[in-house]
Amino acid sequence: MHLVLFLIFAGFCLAGAINLLIQRHPITSALSLIVVMTSLAVLYLLLGAEFLAAAQVIVYAGAIMVLFTFVVMLLNASREERTLGSRAAAVLGFPAIVVILALIATVILHAQGLSTAAMREGITSTQDLSTVLFTNLLLPFEVTSVLILVAILGAVALARRGAGEGTEGQ
Amino acid sequence: MNIASVHMFSDVPLSWYLLLSAALFCLGVVGFLIKRNLITVFMSIELMLNGVNLSFVTFAHQWHAVKGQIFVFFVMMVAAAEAAVGLAIIIAVFRARSTLAVDRIDLMKL
Repeated sequence: MHLVLFLIFAGFCLAGAINLLIQRHPITSALSLIVVMTSLAVLYLLLGAEFLAAAQVIVYAGAIMVLFTFVVMLLNASREERTLGSRAAAVLGFPAIVVILALIATVILHAQGLSTAAMREGITSTQDLSTVLFTNLLLPFEVTSVLILVAILGAVALARRGAGEGTEGQ
Repeated sequence: MNIASVHMFSDVPLSWYLLLSAALFCLGVVGFLIKRNLITVFMSIELMLNGVNLSFVTFAHQWHAVKGQIFVFFVMMVAAAEAAVGLAIIIAVFRARSTLAVDRIDLMKL
């Protein structure tokens, strides 16, 4: 059961990621990224991270990708064109990335005590996670909320400044 | 419990999850290199972050440590902030240059 679910959603993940690369239109890339993120949420659920699966769907597949699709539609992004730079990057980059992937794969497959580690019974529950998050790591949590506030203000300021300059110029 | 019953049939080695995570990360790097649209380049960065998150969750599961999941939580929050600011910058760049092609946004290149 676990194996079947893993294979199905790992396949969805890889297919979505590859589709993101080969599609030329940004909106199709955004939709395939949503497929990747939703499948990753299922994989988190298989690994016993229920809270993260929910957060992945809400934050990533929900909030962030809605933002992406809004921007793609707002800017009326068209098909990208292949240029000299992209061809050079493809020619040089693909072998390098294949080498890097092979290196990581050999390290992972030769890692001690990892390849034999099957899935365990016990699940770290959301309760454990929140206990640690709100006792030991309370300060980083609050700092993160300040960070998000600053990011909101920064985003509004960046997006508004162009409009203000536009009206001043008229 | 439903999730527990899924875990009864668990025989997937954790290295498969790590391999999937490495593959997602490398696909993100490839996208970052070959895509020529600013928004799609940004999406490739999100793909890399997701690949790293998967290996965090895998290691958290292996060692029964909740810290790994908390790391993923913080990565998600920072990614949300980064996406908001980054997309605002993209909108500002588009207003200034009227293009999204990364080859034409080269003002700061030597």
